[in-house]
Amino acid sequence: MSTVQVTNLTKEYRLRDGLRRTTLRAVDRVSFDLLPRRTVALVGESGSGKSTIAKLLTRLERPTSGSVEVALADGTPVHGSMYRRQVQMVFQDPFASLNPFHSVGHHIARPLLLHQRTSGARQTHERVLEMLERVNLSPAELVAARRPHELSGGQRQRVAIARALAPGAQVLVADEPVSMLDVSIRLGVLNLLARLQREEDLAVLYITHDLATARHFSDEILVLYRGRVVERGPADAVILDPHHDYTKLLALAAPDPERLGKVVAGEGAPDRASIDNSVCYDHHRRAWVHVDEAADAADAARRTRAERTGGGVAAGA
Amino acid sequence: MTDTQSVPAAGAAAARPAPRPGPAPAWRMLLPTMTPWLATGLVLVGGICLFGLLGPLLVGDPDAIRDVGLQGPSGDLWLGTTQTGQDVFAQLAHATRGSLQIGFLVGVLATVLSAFFGIYGAYLGGAADEAFSLLTNVFLVIPGLPLVIVISGFVPRESRGLWTIAVVLALTSWAASARVLRAQTLSVRNREYVAASRLSGERAWRVIVVEILPNLLPVLASQFVFAVIAAVLGEAGLSFLGLGASGSATLGTMLFYAQNGFALPLGAWWWFAPPGLLIALLGTGLSLVNFSIDEIVNPRLKNARLHRRRTRQAARAAKGGAR
Amino acid sequence: MSARTGGSTPRPPIRSTEREAVLSVRDVSVVYETEEPVTAVAGASFELHRGEVLGLAGESGCGKTTLAYAVSRLHQPPARIAGGSVVFHDRSGRDVDVLGLDEEQMRRFRWAKLSMVFQGAMNALNPVRTVGAQLDDTLRAHDPGMDRRRRRARCEEVLTRVGVAPDRYRAHPHELSGGMRQRVMIAMAMLLEPQVMVMDEPTTALDVVVQRDILREIVRLRDEMDFAVVFITHDLPLLLEISDRIAVMLRGEIVELDTADTLYRHARHPYTRKLLGSFPSLSGERGAFVRTGVLDQQQEETA
Repeated sequence: MSTVQVTNLTKEYRLRDGLRRTTLRAVDRVSFDLLPRRTVALVGESGSGKSTIAKLLTRLERPTSGSVEVALADGTPVHGSMYRRQVQMVFQDPFASLNPFHSVGHHIARPLLLHQRTSGARQTHERVLEMLERVNLSPAELVAARRPHELSGGQRQRVAIARALAPGAQVLVADEPVSMLDVSIRLGVLNLLARLQREEDLAVLYITHDLATARHFSDEILVLYRGRVVERGPADAVILDPHHDYTKLLALAAPDPERLGKVVAGEGAPDRASIDNSVCYDHHRRAWVHVDEAADAADAARRTRAERTGGGVAAGA
Repeated sequence: MTDTQSVPAAGAAAARPAPRPGPAPAWRMLLPTMTPWLATGLVLVGGICLFGLLGPLLVGDPDAIRDVGLQGPSGDLWLGTTQTGQDVFAQLAHATRGSLQIGFLVGVLATVLSAFFGIYGAYLGGAADEAFSLLTNVFLVIPGLPLVIVISGFVPRESRGLWTIAVVLALTSWAASARVLRAQTLSVRNREYVAASRLSGERAWRVIVVEILPNLLPVLASQFVFAVIAAVLGEAGLSFLGLGASGSATLGTMLFYAQNGFALPLGAWWWFAPPGLLIALLGTGLSLVNFSIDEIVNPRLKNARLHRRRTRQAARAAKGGAR
Repeated sequence: MSARTGGSTPRPPIRSTEREAVLSVRDVSVVYETEEPVTAVAGASFELHRGEVLGLAGESGCGKTTLAYAVSRLHQPPARIAGGSVVFHDRSGRDVDVLGLDEEQMRRFRWAKLSMVFQGAMNALNPVRTVGAQLDDTLRAHDPGMDRRRRRARCEEVLTRVGVAPDRYRAHPHELSGGMRQRVMIAMAMLLEPQVMVMDEPTTALDVVVQRDILREIVRLRDEMDFAVVFITHDLPLLLEISDRIAVMLRGEIVELDTADTLYRHARHPYTRKLLGSFPSLSGERGAFVRTGVLDQQQEETA
């Protein structure tokens, strides 16, 4: 039971183009909270900064400014190596996230040993099999001895999930966990994540470009456009009642079989040039918030939640 | 939405890996596929290595002087004698051992140097990478042989031992490999499984040794073989110029003495041809081995080869079918 | 070659099943001649009607791409067409046996009558030559008699049609975004006004918004120029939106072929139903996706 508070997170990259140096702000003042048993979806296209947020959250990169604070259930802040134990990640490409050189068992045994979850080869092996069973990979004994290239994409992603949970992580960052998988197995993997979330009280950040799964898989959606949050609120509200031009554009672009044969030449697309990412529509407050005030808004939301103590309060501002 | 329960069979079958006898061990992936080329290369290299290892034990003293100078090959003296009546075959055995020794030594030294500067620098990234890269580039543009000649000429002949020559050759030949390794490491380093293992809290050296290095082994092997070829040839060149290790006997020194003894004008082909041929064969064999290692590094080469073979087979099958 | 300029004839709203066929694929089988021969496509048959978008759906390894390559005779060994026929019905009334053409005839047939856009196509552009030069090459190869000015005009016209400003004629591929490059590839494919275009995952590598723009463009161009499209993708929701009819492939076989509407509402084959059930609807109900409840366990098992 851990919570994550992301406040004013900003990441700038220095680009060098010959002698000129430019700064690219990949993530700009993003704030949200991750709570146990709840999923926040980050939605946006490539280059919107969603993967950068994942790297900042998992400390693969350092933020330029802003903070990511993780606290245990009793409120003690998490630092150092404990952080790695608490926050883990499932990567997008199951073909690249497992080392072709090592067995499936090795991938799960390493984090167990590193974080002293188990000691001794025997206990570790038993625990590895247990983890594999939990992600529905059976017979576990056989799977553990296999090498990644002998498994299908869906099976690999299950291994990746087991590895992420092995240190006893309470916060899971899932960066497009199903976008590289065949459609018919996507749902199974997402449902697996959902079950594990319930069983372990995980806080999940689900990063995706797929609005449909974002809507059904998460409680809260943040729409990201060029590094800034442009719309946030409960999943259904954001998808079914989009306010920001960019969200509307995304919703229109997402395939929806309910609109059979709706790709027509005349269909008007909003002009991208006119999209303004300095304002964000907040469905909780039913108001537009300027990016400069976003941090205050997040603070206010946290205070209200603290007053109401517990109860199914939505994450985020 | 439609009911998905109605087709459990296909999905369930896919979820469970089909039982199979034991998994293929990892090292299998690192071995090249046996091809006629590889077999030829291995036979050549193996034969020459055996000759270098066992030959000196079986032949007599290479320096013993007989009174039959410049004799052609005969049943008694297989490769004849030198001007001073030394047994060329005995010399050849010792010289092969000497050349292999220096080749191996330089191969190891150069590979260690290039691995350190190439892999470690690339993994660290940032300023360390820049510094290592700069150093590598500096060494890369230093013209190798002239420098070796200058250094060898500078070091007095008495102290110019095997190790000195090996170090000099290694110092001038590691840079190119380091660049190759750096490029490979940069690509491996950015793969998600490296990020994943960093994420699970692995220490840097473990990430390098356990996660990155195995994927570089074929490249390392190929660079090692390459370094050996370069060293054998380089040393032969130095020795031929009379700048080799003092008191050593290598294929290069044999050529040096043959040249000084006017073997060519005198038509004593048995004196200079065998060492020359041996250098060429060793180079050929090692190169053939290297091509096969390249196929592991770059699977596209292998696919291209398999593809050619299948096309031939298909053509043959079509011809057979037509008849 | 008649350079039809702009003249868009509005397509009469006839149901595609009643229209005449432009491509008849009969019992095509493709075998990979490996150590153990693998049948990648087993007796696939379909009829492509003039001006129709036929979707070809299926998951990785089902043979959809192999089929597309075989129809356009772009398959490489070890793939071999083991049987069947592909007949192209030209607008002039002439029938062409595609599998019977020799190399030279095939080279002329491909691109002029039937063209392709592949998944990574946008990366297939030569990086050191301008977009225009590469378009020009295609024109010149197929119609040597055309003079330079007419070629230039034709290239610019096609670029305009796919939504690329004609001044990008002089641009190098790296100056264009992925979406723009894919548009250029589509322009190249329709340069010679083919009657059939085979598109294999033409938008998969692109962002959703860009993807939508390109799909819209394809449908609009189809309406204007009346070519038929074989559209291959694993993305069934997308196919449902753009296709007139959809063929679902499973392990090398076409297991169901019907109009998009019928397929969506009354799918017959269990695999089609499974595919349909595996994506949650954006605006509709949650479908098979349930975050809480007993269904989960069974759902996971089937995946």
